Amino acid sequence: MKDIELIFGPRIPKELLIREKKRFLMPTIIIGAAALMLFLSIFMPYWKLTLMAPQYPGGLKMEAFVNGVSGDVDEIDELNHYIGMRSLKEAAELERSLSIIMIVALILLIAASIYAHSPFALFLTIPAILYPLVFLGDLYFWMQNFGMHLNPHAPLSSAVKPFVPPIIGEGFVGQFKTIASWEPGLIISFIASALIIIGLYFHRKAYKPLMETGFKG
Amino acid sequence: MKSKIYRLLSSIIILTLLVLTSCGQDKTENNETGDDVQAVARARGLTPEDLLAAAKTYLPSGQKDEYMMFASGGHSGQVFVIGIPSMRLLKSIGVFTPEPWQGWGFSKETKKILDDSNPSGTKLTWGDSHHPALSETNGDYDGEYLFINDKANARVAVIDLKDFETKQIIKNPLSYSDHGGTFVTPNTDYVIEGGQYAMPWAGTYAPLSEYKKEYHGMITFWKFDRKAGRIDKSKSFALELPPYWQDLADAGKLISDGYVFLNSFNTELAVGGDMEGNPPFEAGASQRDMDYLHVINLRQAEKLFQEGKTKIVNGFSVIPLDVLAKENVLTFVPEPKSPHGVDVTPDGDYLVISGKLDPHVTIFNFSKIKDAIENSRFQGKDEFGVNIIKFDDVLEAQVEVGLGPLHTQFDDKGFAYTSLFLESAVARWALGGKWKEKNGSAGWTLIDKIPINYNVGHLAVAEGDNVHPDGKYLVSLDKWSIDRFSNVGPLLPQNFQLIDISHPDQKMQLLYDMPIGVGEPHYAQIIKADKIKPWEVYPEIGWDPGTQTKSEFGVTAGKERIKRSGNTVEIWMTAIRSHFTPEHVLVNKGEKVIWHVTNIERAKDATHGFGLPYYDYNLSLEPGETQTIEFTANTAGVFPYYCTEFCSALHLEMAGYFMVQP
Repeated sequence: MKDIELIFGPRIPKELLIREKKRFLMPTIIIGAAALMLFLSIFMPYWKLTLMAPQYPGGLKMEAFVNGVSGDVDEIDELNHYIGMRSLKEAAELERSLSIIMIVALILLIAASIYAHSPFALFLTIPAILYPLVFLGDLYFWMQNFGMHLNPHAPLSSAVKPFVPPIIGEGFVGQFKTIASWEPGLIISFIASALIIIGLYFHRKAYKPLMETGFKG
Repeated sequence: MKSKIYRLLSSIIILTLLVLTSCGQDKTENNETGDDVQAVARARGLTPEDLLAAAKTYLPSGQKDEYMMFASGGHSGQVFVIGIPSMRLLKSIGVFTPEPWQGWGFSKETKKILDDSNPSGTKLTWGDSHHPALSETNGDYDGEYLFINDKANARVAVIDLKDFETKQIIKNPLSYSDHGGTFVTPNTDYVIEGGQYAMPWAGTYAPLSEYKKEYHGMITFWKFDRKAGRIDKSKSFALELPPYWQDLADAGKLISDGYVFLNSFNTELAVGGDMEGNPPFEAGASQRDMDYLHVINLRQAEKLFQEGKTKIVNGFSVIPLDVLAKENVLTFVPEPKSPHGVDVTPDGDYLVISGKLDPHVTIFNFSKIKDAIENSRFQGKDEFGVNIIKFDDVLEAQVEVGLGPLHTQFDDKGFAYTSLFLESAVARWALGGKWKEKNGSAGWTLIDKIPINYNVGHLAVAEGDNVHPDGKYLVSLDKWSIDRFSNVGPLLPQNFQLIDISHPDQKMQLLYDMPIGVGEPHYAQIIKADKIKPWEVYPEIGWDPGTQTKSEFGVTAGKERIKRSGNTVEIWMTAIRSHFTPEHVLVNKGEKVIWHVTNIERAKDATHGFGLPYYDYNLSLEPGETQTIEFTANTAGVFPYYCTEFCSALHLEMAGYFMVQP
């Protein structure tokens, strides 16, 4: 046995692969699909905040992507200056700049897990499984950071006390009703996590017997 | 009788519908609400017909008008934008007169546009805006530009409908008065400006005893460069006309495309002088039974201009009258005395001459006119050598419409509408010829009249002078309102009356009276509102609407600065809710101040003003706009400047101090 097989597990004997093609293809397809979804999520909004007030028919909208924000960002910043909130452009600057590289890294790790025919596959995919939760955690961190650190010299500092906007559902700030919602990017990264877990089940089913015979035999 | 029953029936239906819908909305109150409509109508003395008119014009909050009307603002020098059918005033666009709300004529950029239109040696402060003309493509309004003339000083303005602001005002170099403008050719290649009172070329003097020789009429063809959005003076030219008093004009379309028609009066060459024992103009200019419709071959005139068969007057190319006469670029058709409007039918085949002092509209057949010119069938020449076509040779019909016909427009069903000034009415009459199939009439017959209140001048039908008129609505632009509105003192508002003309088989119905308390509008055009696609905010921060390009003086947040060089202080300022940056500007008395203000907002409706006392400035800075003021700080003191638009809850705090040290 080669050293590499100690980590990545034994390779599949050719006649076995031909005979039980489905057994080995199943985890590859499911985990591969998860990688694809994670990739597609780059192009979709993860989180949306809608601000509703009478003077904004149709509301003000802000959509967060992994690497930036779009929508009525300037106008929301303009309103935020009254309560002393920093510009949205200053939020999660590091995360946004690294996000694409990080997601590509997650995808490469997932690809590596397909190659791994051992429990090491679980270790490789844990970052991708946890990724959407990490995103939400980071979002909450920034919400808290921005909402609790308002400039005390702002024009409306006495009217609006520090607050943490909800990361999902409705909230109220001044005359604005805020509606936060999870968008397709975040939802498909959750689906990717679920797919990985399902894929790992089939992975175990496919490779555990092989591992046992491989190492013994 | 039949139509009366129909009207009554439809009123009842509307009422029932109103009752039913209000019942449907709230079942608990059904009877009460139903009674309420009737109770209100009873209490206010409204007839079913009134309720019908209300139902046809009322727009619930937030709903938008189907049409937009651009009306001249008369001596306000402005243009009014009015929604139809609601008859709500949407905007008043500053054109020939400074207009503080829009900062029009205050900033360096807008001042320049007004100053460029001053005749040399004077500074005009008013205009008599007369005839708006929307730009056309293939003879239909395209909603891109609007032109309007100033009769008082013979100027033509170009308004860009991307931002509803005036971009150019051009002074006619030949004359101090115009009337036959503005009209456009079917693709807006030319903007037409016909003169009014004959005079020696502008800036020169000649006694009235030399009227025939030294006084001239004129028509100017301004070449419009659509891409630049400006009139190109170097490609424009004028025709020298006899010293008749030219009146209204119209451009041919479809088969008459390439021709321009211009009415005239005072072919008597009266010079007035009631104190000198002459008959006053009103009599002297009304002696002859016939005046002359001017038929101008524009394509041919353009060719003469390009061949250089022109003389230069005040730096402008003019094709001399003898050349025009010789080449038959100008021919005359006799028309009943002192007519007013000449209006071309939608497919360009007939010209409708409104009699003014004759109860008829006279209809000429364009093909017959063309044929007469091509075959040189003339009855003779006038005293300036211009060929005259025989009246009977080109006459198609005369329709007795009533007293004082002035202007005619058309609907989509083969009917024409003529304003009757003396009779205070609008006449609907059926076109003849091939139009008979469309309107089902015997042709060239009066159908209906509606009284108006009072003394109608122009009228406007929805897209009513286009190749494809819409019909539906007509607005009667009434000069007198007498008893229509609450008394506001001896100077009375004029009255715009909206009339429903959508059913030619029914009587026309008066729907709404709109008082106009800002000047005396002359003409209006009505365009389908969805043809106009204006910007919501300026395309980029630092936009100069004067050039419709990015200004070199615009700045973004963080780039504000004050620079001093020699005796000049230059300020680059930004405005955003709710502060100016900088808030302190300190100069020394006698220094020259150049002050650029940029609204760096991107939100719709986030307009800021900039009001500076004593030095007399107010700017309107729409989102993205940059404007400049320039003056010498010749009085020491402290001058608080502030935002003049209620921009936010902290609007009052949006201020600063301009300090001039002694």
